Amino acid sequence: MAGSRVIVVGAGPAGVRAAEILAEAGLAPIVINEGSRDGGQIYRRQPDNFSRPPSKLYGTEAAKATALHAAFDGLRRRVDYRPDTLAWNVTPGVLHTVHHGQTQDIPFDALIVCSGATDRLMPVKGWNLSGTYSLGAAQIALKAQAVSIGRRVAFLGTGPLLYLVASQYQAAGAEVAGVFDTSPFALRVKALPKLLARPAVLAKGLALVAKLKRAGIPVETGVTPVEIAGTPDAGVSGLVLRDRAGRVREIACDAVALGYHLRPETQLADLARCDFAFDAESRQWLPTIDADGRSSVPGVYLAGDGARILGADGAEAAGALAALAALRDLGHDVADGRIDALRRDCARMDRFRRGLVEAFPWPAANAAALPDETVVCRCEAITAGELRRVARAMGATEANRAKAFSRVGMGRCQGRYCGQAGAEIIAAAIDTPVESVGRLRGQAPVKPFSLSATPLADQKGTEQGTPA
Amino acid sequence: MNPIKTPTAQADVIVVGGGIMGAASAFFLRQRGRSVILLERGLVGQQASGVNFGNVRRQGRFLPQLPLANRSRAIWGRLNELLGEDAEFLPTGHIRICYRDEQVGVLEQYAKDARTYGLDLEMIGRNALRERFPFIGPEALAGSYSPTDGHANPRLAAPAFGRAAARNGAQVFENTEIAVVEKTGEDFLVSATDGRQFRAPALLIAAGAWGTHLSSQFGEPVPQSVHGPQMGVTEPLPYRIQPVLGVSTTVTEEVVYLRQIPRGNVIFGGGNRGPAYPDLRRSYVLPTNTMNQLPQLKRLVPALANVNIIRVWSGIEAYLPDDRPVMGPSSRVPGLYYAFGFCGHGFQLGPGVGDVMAELIDAGATSTPLDPFSIARFLQG
Ligand SMILES: Cc1cc2nc3c(=O)[nH]c(=O)nc-3n(C[C@H](O)[C@H](O)[C@H](O)COP(=O)(O)OP(=O)(O)OC[C@H]3O[C@@H](n4cnc5c(N)ncnc54)[C@H](O)[C@@H]3O)c2cc1C
Ligand SMILES: Cc1cc2nc3c(=O)[nH]c(=O)nc-3n(C[C@H](O)[C@H](O)[C@H](O)COP(=O)(O)OP(=O)(O)OC[C@H]3O[C@@H](n4cnc5c(N)ncnc54)[C@H](O)[C@@H]3O)c2cc1C
Repeated sequence: MAGSRVIVVGAGPAGVRAAEILAEAGLAPIVINEGSRDGGQIYRRQPDNFSRPPSKLYGTEAAKATALHAAFDGLRRRVDYRPDTLAWNVTPGVLHTVHHGQTQDIPFDALIVCSGATDRLMPVKGWNLSGTYSLGAAQIALKAQAVSIGRRVAFLGTGPLLYLVASQYQAAGAEVAGVFDTSPFALRVKALPKLLARPAVLAKGLALVAKLKRAGIPVETGVTPVEIAGTPDAGVSGLVLRDRAGRVREIACDAVALGYHLRPETQLADLARCDFAFDAESRQWLPTIDADGRSSVPGVYLAGDGARILGADGAEAAGALAALAALRDLGHDVADGRIDALRRDCARMDRFRRGLVEAFPWPAANAAALPDETVVCRCEAITAGELRRVARAMGATEANRAKAFSRVGMGRCQGRYCGQAGAEIIAAAIDTPVESVGRLRGQAPVKPFSLSATPLADQKGTEQGTPA
Repeated sequence: MNPIKTPTAQADVIVVGGGIMGAASAFFLRQRGRSVILLERGLVGQQASGVNFGNVRRQGRFLPQLPLANRSRAIWGRLNELLGEDAEFLPTGHIRICYRDEQVGVLEQYAKDARTYGLDLEMIGRNALRERFPFIGPEALAGSYSPTDGHANPRLAAPAFGRAAARNGAQVFENTEIAVVEKTGEDFLVSATDGRQFRAPALLIAAGAWGTHLSSQFGEPVPQSVHGPQMGVTEPLPYRIQPVLGVSTTVTEEVVYLRQIPRGNVIFGGGNRGPAYPDLRRSYVLPTNTMNQLPQLKRLVPALANVNIIRVWSGIEAYLPDDRPVMGPSSRVPGLYYAFGFCGHGFQLGPGVGDVMAELIDAGATSTPLDPFSIARFLQG
């Protein structure tokens, strides 16, 4: 019990709050973070030699950011923090990491995965031109490095991040060519009852849009992307779209930031052999969890954006809740009241999450309309046409089968960025529900790692199991 | 015995198992004008046949298997024309190198013996090896070069056989799991888990690691063990390594093999095998095994030292105690045939196995010797 080995993956809001609870219970958890600094995606800390004030970096969220950073700074002596460390695989009871070219096998009694999210992407013709970035990448460029992705940037996609990153660009002095949202405005009205679960967040969002408009930035809803125009040599020169009125227009820009809300980073859950289920509202496969974040695998807990896109506040609550669940499962006394309060928080956040999904839906129908020559898998340069061909002519009606035949999802990103769009393209091509196409199975390593890696000295010869 | 209903389908031959063995057998049976039903639990070529390393290698095989391997190699050479699809077979050559003096002698002896089976291998000394294949590491003492072997894309080969068989009139039933195989009178009655039944006077069990479940129903179980060879692939690199490379050694940990595809990725495998669970249809890569492969890969091709691995995987393969497959007629039931348990080296053999089994079933005999592979070798008493 006291000697329980608990590992937290991630040092974002979920991971930090999980570690805090575990440290409080005297467990000295190991905290694994691929990045070098804590804070995670939203409260990403800038490199040491940068000195922008929190108000500049985190805007309205500055207080929460500094609170989280302070919490983690205060934990440093009570947790075994391992930055620049990638969790590349999980086998039963063992997490496998690589840090500066050294691999290590770390046994655990409980593993709390707080791996966050990445952009959810829908291809558009021309998105492989240089100058096209995901919203997240555009934001990281700004937050970590204080640079813009272009001189004149167009924002395309849907979801709160679209407006947020655009306004951060605007505030940083970049020229914003416009914000182009594929979701029709009416859906926001429809989703209002759910969005009212968090009135303050809703108000912040509305203020954000108002601010963009006040700054004279065009904000359009209900658009359909047609093409990112440009040439391979010169990169992006414009964004072509069909507006709400049905007119096809080209917006001049030299960079496009693209994203359709978020998708959880679920490979570790997948490698840990957790069950997944299709979530019809968001049209994606999510790991199944109970109210406290327990996965289907005993000892493996999932929290934060890596399980459900609850946002930063939700991630803090879910991280804490998962840690309490782990403590309880390990035999510690945990007061019911604490758990109940966090459950109520998470439930409210989840209602808001569903509101966002309703207001800013994944534009599944766009996949069907993509011209055949559109690149879907950017790692392997495979087009929508090729994917349709293997689905129709070769009978590859399942995601992994289509990958085997076409290489979609076989590249460096292992389908994390093209997998969901690929499934929609297959489903549309053969006229079947997208859930029947399934999902790409996660395969180690979670991210590429170098052949130069060697096991940490004391690890040589460790046996993780015996061949059957 | 099951109540006899109207069968879903009947034909001259039923093939259970749509790996490369079953799919190729179905294809060649159609070439001979036999009507065929191919029954596959999942999708054609989804198991070992679809996830293997892709080696189309003859050298190093059990010598009496070379006639079969040679026959298969000849088919690989005209596969595209036969199937009307490209399975990416590239006869880029295959080199086995070794790191120890005593192993040089083993390679030399094998080259000599293989010649009598019509396989020409060229022994290449240390310096010549480095001149001709500069990517091979300095520890290699000698190499045995098979210029006409190579590699193919396992993800494409078996499905291509399956589709070609279907185009030529085979009835291919995917998502059809066979629970019961039995002989009723002159015919075999084959029943799926969902109750569908299939009937034919000849039955070929080509169910890979699951073959013994079906052969047991005829009183012919085999003493197999099941493992998962450990695979991995690097990010794409400039295309430099044409031949398939492998290490010849008696030390399991030293075994590593690799091939580069024109897209640029280097695919590798070797060393200790991992666990495989046929009942769950799962196999795993043990991280220690991957870690043990890395120094051996760098030893074989030092230029790989800093490239990235992007994926690892495994597959389910059955191994017999003598490392030979089960192939040929049943020793007990007329009309019953087997082709399973290929011990980690069946991909190269696949087209040949299909051709030979079709010949055996159609003509009652085959010109390719199969005696060493008879299931009779495992019969008790
Ligand atoms: C690009 C992007 C931008 C966002 N911007 C905002 C925003 O501005 N405002 C807002 O309210 N919300 C934003 N969100 C949502 C917000 O990030 C989340 O709600 C919040 O950060 C989630 O916290 P988390 O702890 O679940 O994950 P994260 O904060 O994403 O933290 C994930 C952590 O896990 C680590 N990790 C992941 N995988 C591994 C691995 N295999 N090995 C080791 N470490 C690993 C990462 O290094 C990181 O420390 C954004 C999301 C994304 C993807
Ligand atoms: C990772 C790995 C690497 C390898 N590398 C090489 C290599 O480089 N070169 C080489 O020559 N060989 C290699 N091999 C071996 C080679 O892949 C196999 O020997 C060969 O593919 C076996 O083919 P098969 O058709 O017998 O089996 P499988 O491909 O396993 O096919 C058997 C089929 O039978 C089906 N089946 C089973 N039971 C039933 C049932 N009851 N009802 C219906 N269908 C059923 C299964 O679903 C399966 O599709 C490797 C194997 C593995 C796993």
